[in-house]
Amino acid sequence: MIGDWLERKEVCICAGSGGVGKTTMSAAIALGMAARGKKVAVLTIDPARRLANSLGLPELGNEERRVEVDVEGELWAMMLDAKRTWDDLVEWHAPDERTRDAVLGNRVYQELSNAVAGSQEYMAMEKLHELHQERRYDVLVLDTPPTRNALDFLDAPRRLSEFIDSRSLQVFTAPSRLGLKVLGRGTGVAFSVMKRATGIELLQDLGEFFRSFGDMTDGIRDRATLVNSLLADSRTAFVLVTSPGRDAVEEAAYFHHRLMDAGLPFAGVVANRVHRAGGPSDPAELAELLGETLARKVQRTYEEERRLALRDRENLAKLRRRLGRKSMIEVPHLHDDVHDLDGLRQIDEYLFS
Amino acid sequence: MLVTGKGGVGRTTVAAALGVLAARRGKRTVVCEVAEQERLAALFGIADVGHEERELAAGLHAVSVQPERAKEEWLRYQLKSGALAGVLGGSRLFQYLTAAAPGLSELVTIGKVWDLAQLERRTGGSVFDLAIVDAPPTGHGLAMLRAPATYANVARVGPVSRQARIIDAFLHDRNSTGVLVVALPEEMPVNETIEFERRLADELTLVVDRVVVNGVYPQRFSAQEARRLRSLDGRGSTAASAALRAALAEHERARGQRSQLRRLRRHVEAPVATLPYLFEPQLGRAQVERLANELERRL
Repeated sequence: MIGDWLERKEVCICAGSGGVGKTTMSAAIALGMAARGKKVAVLTIDPARRLANSLGLPELGNEERRVEVDVEGELWAMMLDAKRTWDDLVEWHAPDERTRDAVLGNRVYQELSNAVAGSQEYMAMEKLHELHQERRYDVLVLDTPPTRNALDFLDAPRRLSEFIDSRSLQVFTAPSRLGLKVLGRGTGVAFSVMKRATGIELLQDLGEFFRSFGDMTDGIRDRATLVNSLLADSRTAFVLVTSPGRDAVEEAAYFHHRLMDAGLPFAGVVANRVHRAGGPSDPAELAELLGETLARKVQRTYEEERRLALRDRENLAKLRRRLGRKSMIEVPHLHDDVHDLDGLRQIDEYLFS
Repeated sequence: MLVTGKGGVGRTTVAAALGVLAARRGKRTVVCEVAEQERLAALFGIADVGHEERELAAGLHAVSVQPERAKEEWLRYQLKSGALAGVLGGSRLFQYLTAAAPGLSELVTIGKVWDLAQLERRTGGSVFDLAIVDAPPTGHGLAMLRAPATYANVARVGPVSRQARIIDAFLHDRNSTGVLVVALPEEMPVNETIEFERRLADELTLVVDRVVVNGVYPQRFSAQEARRLRSLDGRGSTAASAALRAALAEHERARGQRSQLRRLRRHVEAPVATLPYLFEPQLGRAQVERLANELERRL
């Protein structure tokens, strides 16, 4: 099934809200494609190191690492270090050594590129683009960050291009007449008020940061445009991962809507941990089989399971109606929670059959 | 009280249950959401919570912090003038700056949370004994807790730095601030909880006060009963054998959960409390009350 979704695709982006099993699904999809003869790399930027977990690896680095697994193709995995990717980007785009050192040595840069979660979304896209350019893999699978808003990362390239728009940077570096004209009246006042609100030193440091950053803006902006076009490319597939709970399903429906709106290549939904149960059992029959006490406990457990199964079926039916003709794959709630290669193989059966 | 944990573990539900419990004990309590997800509203069966504090029950309030609004409030306070704040907030230059400065929304968000917990509110709202924060998931949660220190360092001197240092000190005062991590008894949430506690200590010198493990299955069947069920596998009608399999599957899950729980207890310093799995299609106010009862017994 998922094989059809990824036919002739080179990039698979797994998206969805937190805790639905995105990381596990990314790993399972990557392993599945590798088992079918592809050379696959799976990327995660999750600061909580979950992918290594899903792959049964103790630790992943910023470079891709080959996963020791007996498959027809190859499975590689990497965990992105946002700070390192920022540094690489600066080195790549700096017009000369002086600019490079000025940016890398700037205090604002050092604090912010390292400390802040916001830049990771963009960095994931950036790395994806870089690996795609290098053409060393048949398929790249991206496990998207657990952003508060699962959609944030879609806007990341656009936000970055806006941020580094050189016209706005110009104002930071020198609130000249040109800058004032671009940004509209009131900017001069705003600037002086801002000094009062933030403190002069912060502004100076930011100014210096933006000044040196400004020399690299064109390169980085072009790059962001390329990253954006990779997302919309017909060789890319978005796979939404969801659990069958109400909140997750609603978020998946909304996400689907956003993808369609943005004209991005949506492939389908994987519903994870779906409860399944059969028809009602007969208490008398169970009692005969198990004796009263045990039968009562079994009956109760089964009824609980059936209620959850019913809920899941209703929630997923709703989602299906929203998706129209797009497909959905259901992965049942397995007995064990999945966190190693054996577990991933168990999922494979549902994803690829 | 900051409530964090891996995505999908039930942070909001636990934060809400803590809120109910605190209010019952006579504390004026506010539960704050920071992720703009309005999950509290769904739990309490109301349309939405919003940026203004809203009373959910006697002594229990809720607020959903919006970074944009928090930024405006911060400006107004910093400049001591609504008019100047208006000039700045409306300026494109300022929009660019704040959009460009990463981590700023984390800073103003934690700033708003800090304000909610003060006896003299900066924004002039009502006073609370306890603010319970439904914080972002562990990764982003760390970023949010780190934001004040980061900005204090970046700005060095000046009002931003001063304010950030006050908030950072408040977070580090164990008499004022507690950190509670919600987990599930599964491999990855357990790993993340262990790692979060370690990183919180290493990177921020903060301490996890309590871990609450959510969604723990009952241990219904003895090993002997499980053997019995296994030996009968495939017997009886389709429905009966489906029931047997469901019972066995849950027995296995419960066993897996116990071993994860043991692992968690071995590896974290903080005391660990558990909450039962609620076999309900949908959680609402009644379930939050039930979890509050459970917490009352265990905390």
